[in-house]
Amino acid sequence: MSRGDPKAVEAENRRLAEERKKLARDGPKLNGARLEARLDKTWGRPHGFLGWLATVDHKEIGRRYIITALIFLALGGVLSLIMRLQLARPDGHIVGAARYNELFTMHGSTMMFLFAVPIMEGIAVYIIPLMLGTRSTSFPRLNAFSYYMYLFGGLMLWGAFALNIAPDIGWFAYTPLSGPQFSPGKRADIWAQMITFTEVSALAAAVVLVATILKCRAPGMTLARMPLFAWAMLVVAVMIIFAMPSIALCSGMLISDRLVGTQFYNHYEHGDALLWQHLFWFFGHPEVYIIFLPATGFVSVIVETFCRRPVFAYPVVVLALVSTGILAFGLWVHHMFATGLPRVGYSFYTAASMTVAIPTGLQIYCWLATMWDGRPRFQVPMLYVVGFIVTFVIGGLSGVIIAAVPLDLELHDTYFIVAHFHYVLIGGAVFPLLGILTYWFPKMTGRMMSETLGKIGFWILFIGFQVTFFPMHFAGLLGMPRRVYTYPAGQGLELPNLLSTIGAFAVASAVLLFVINGVVSYFRGAPAPDNPWDASTLEWAVRSPPPSYNFEHVPVVESRTPLWDEKGELPVITGLRVDDKETLLTTVVAATPDLREPIAEASLWPFIASCATGIFFITSIFSPWAIAFGAIPTAIAMAAWFWPSSLKRHPEPVIG
Amino acid sequence: MIRPRSKVAATLSLLLCGCSIQHYQSTFSDAAVEVRQFNTLFVIFLSVCAVMYVLVIAFLIGGIGRRRRAEANVVENGTHHATNPLLRTGLMVWGAMVGIGLIALAIASFFADRSMAQAAAHERLSITLTANQWWWDVQYNSADASKTLRAANEIHLPVGVPVRILLRSNDVIHSFWVPSLAGKQDLIPGRENDISITPTKVGLYRGQCAEFCGAQHANMAMVVQVEPYADFLKWWQDGLKPAAVPTTPLAQAGYQYVTTRECAMCHAVGGTTAGGTVGPDLTHFASARSIAAGTLPMTDANIRKWVDDPQGVKPGTKMPKVPLQPSDLSAVVAYLETLK
Repeated sequence: MSRGDPKAVEAENRRLAEERKKLARDGPKLNGARLEARLDKTWGRPHGFLGWLATVDHKEIGRRYIITALIFLALGGVLSLIMRLQLARPDGHIVGAARYNELFTMHGSTMMFLFAVPIMEGIAVYIIPLMLGTRSTSFPRLNAFSYYMYLFGGLMLWGAFALNIAPDIGWFAYTPLSGPQFSPGKRADIWAQMITFTEVSALAAAVVLVATILKCRAPGMTLARMPLFAWAMLVVAVMIIFAMPSIALCSGMLISDRLVGTQFYNHYEHGDALLWQHLFWFFGHPEVYIIFLPATGFVSVIVETFCRRPVFAYPVVVLALVSTGILAFGLWVHHMFATGLPRVGYSFYTAASMTVAIPTGLQIYCWLATMWDGRPRFQVPMLYVVGFIVTFVIGGLSGVIIAAVPLDLELHDTYFIVAHFHYVLIGGAVFPLLGILTYWFPKMTGRMMSETLGKIGFWILFIGFQVTFFPMHFAGLLGMPRRVYTYPAGQGLELPNLLSTIGAFAVASAVLLFVINGVVSYFRGAPAPDNPWDASTLEWAVRSPPPSYNFEHVPVVESRTPLWDEKGELPVITGLRVDDKETLLTTVVAATPDLREPIAEASLWPFIASCATGIFFITSIFSPWAIAFGAIPTAIAMAAWFWPSSLKRHPEPVIG
Repeated sequence: MIRPRSKVAATLSLLLCGCSIQHYQSTFSDAAVEVRQFNTLFVIFLSVCAVMYVLVIAFLIGGIGRRRRAEANVVENGTHHATNPLLRTGLMVWGAMVGIGLIALAIASFFADRSMAQAAAHERLSITLTANQWWWDVQYNSADASKTLRAANEIHLPVGVPVRILLRSNDVIHSFWVPSLAGKQDLIPGRENDISITPTKVGLYRGQCAEFCGAQHANMAMVVQVEPYADFLKWWQDGLKPAAVPTTPLAQAGYQYVTTRECAMCHAVGGTTAGGTVGPDLTHFASARSIAAGTLPMTDANIRKWVDDPQGVKPGTKMPKVPLQPSDLSAVVAYLETLK
């Protein structure tokens, strides 16, 4: 083209422009019911079971993510109940040592890798495009691929559990215990490959989220007007991109030590057992914030809506999110204080660990100030936020305690730590999660959840949680180490453990009540209006549940709380194609319209590619040759996936 | 002069341990310099954290309480909301408070860490502790190699004497932790760590492995006996003596079996030909308080139970089940009972 005759180029451009004008677009001529029907035809799911597998609709994928993650939550929770039964009394005989080790390994791995991170990603994948006012995530096929990889990783781990070859090395898999000498058999390999599945999945989802948040926002939604949940997910997705390669590296080296006889972690061959811990916690510590920061986003969302006021000091909250994300990479050593590292570094890591309390403390202040200055309504989501503050702050403060080396040396690897991280992960992440699921349930299903059941469930959960985990602080101080399948009588451990077991059943019944509430409300709940909570962000501008194309017209945003500030209709921008999937891309900072981007069609290839990759990963547990042979179908599937379907589909400038 | 008093103290504290046994594996203790430092620092941290928590909860309750005074449920305009200047000042004050509180705590932590490091420089006794799946090999080092003493799963320490314990591992990562005395330190294959303890109270303290180390992580305990220096020296002298020579015919048959058959492959018995080093040294086996690193209390019945079926008592233990004839079993048990 560039080398052609200028006149011919101009003629060609004119012809293309004419052709583009003929395309069907939304606008004054095409709106209302006709537009909806047209858009639904373009964006709707292909028919049949294959269509169900092929869909790239972010809402479908997000919903699957959420439901799958909730199932893993239930499974992981059942394991914890068995463990609590075993520990209810000293010298318990419900399960043996080997089974107990499998149970806590499965519990930790399931909760961290198959529940907490995926459900945050799933909610983000569902809500973020709606919140940002766009029709789809970017890279929708990658999004589908990410879900299937996650699903297969989870199925492999639980399939192994069903086949009695579950890992028994802890969710942290310290070498050399997880190495070839001390973990013969395939249990450790299954753990390591499950990690591979989830890291591929998490990286894919992170890329999707970063691109969506930076490029797909509605015109006018500058970075300074972006909802705080989107900020939280942006920080989290960037953290995933930096943290996951570290675990990919260390689990990859573990697999290669086990499979082909490399000696990365074998000190007899000049490897180093501690190398694992550095690499693992360089991922593992940020992982905690990868779970916690989305929850802070949930809290900001709920506080804003239910206090009828924008979150106090928005820039402070954003800076707190970003700085937490950065600091998270500087404190992994506080998981390793007892490993005998140079003493000079201790104080540095103590100080760095404590520093995290500053942004977190400021965020807490901002939410409390919002409540103080606003007019809070204590519906179920807001109750969970209050429960979050009361509970999470205890966990944060016990975190300050164990940041100090002299204190951590006593408390490390005891039930004090178990109490601490359940306070921050359940109090800090699961409470807001249940709140936000209640909050977004009407948007996702078109039905309201029962307020009464929700309140009962909240109180059972809140009290049950404290009964379960508060005594664990004392169990730790009374000398109970973690990961023991039994403990002797006469050390004062009977009472705290019995309380914890009783509380655990209360927690489980509260979660069960939440699920029952969800299922009953899904079928029998009161129909939800578009904006039942009178919230301010764009996801409430669409129908409940949202149509396949999300927005009839792309909304234009002029403030941080568009639905509160625009009393009438939202201003919109028109001119996107309706005969083909197209979204509007905007510039990264100012969100001015940039390009009209064609969106990938539904396709079976992401599913097939993830099947091929799954077979590749699973067979490579058994033979290194699988890496060579497994790569071939994966490559074919990927090639077919990226095969250009039509040369005509390419991004177009907005002014065309 | 001192000895009788210490003996009284020892008896008393043993009695106390018997009465309130739950404190013998607990951080609520003042039995060593290190755990006292822990408790001082813990109280400082707890106080500062409690103040912070009370402030947060007060602000929360205030925010909830204020709601009742609000007249209407009005949506404020997102772009033009006026921020209460008091809340802005509050944000800065709160940020400053958190910052100053943390700096103070970090300084307190730093000084506690320094003083622990300095205490470590004055050791007068050196012990090498080697962890194995799932038992502790204790070696008392002496400049005179003939006085180096090896024992298993029990550590004797003289009261008031700073001791430095060198930590090694033969297999996976373990962690040495006697909560009533000091914090923990990992034992890592290929590395050598150390921990310093200055016990200040005579007594009996239990410790156990604190890093997950495989199937029997829960049954990897030890007992630390802190005793007056003279008692400690006497115990050391006694420990260096070879194993008692069996007198009864049954024990003699057991001696024959232990020193010539499977047992000697892994275990050593001082003064005999049994010289294995894979398992615990059995020279003074019967004077220990427990069998198999805290798995069973030391009784005749338990010795029989353990020797008969180690895998049934402690599944996964490295000690295999040796199919003994009943007569051999009785003989072995009878011999082991003599190893005081």
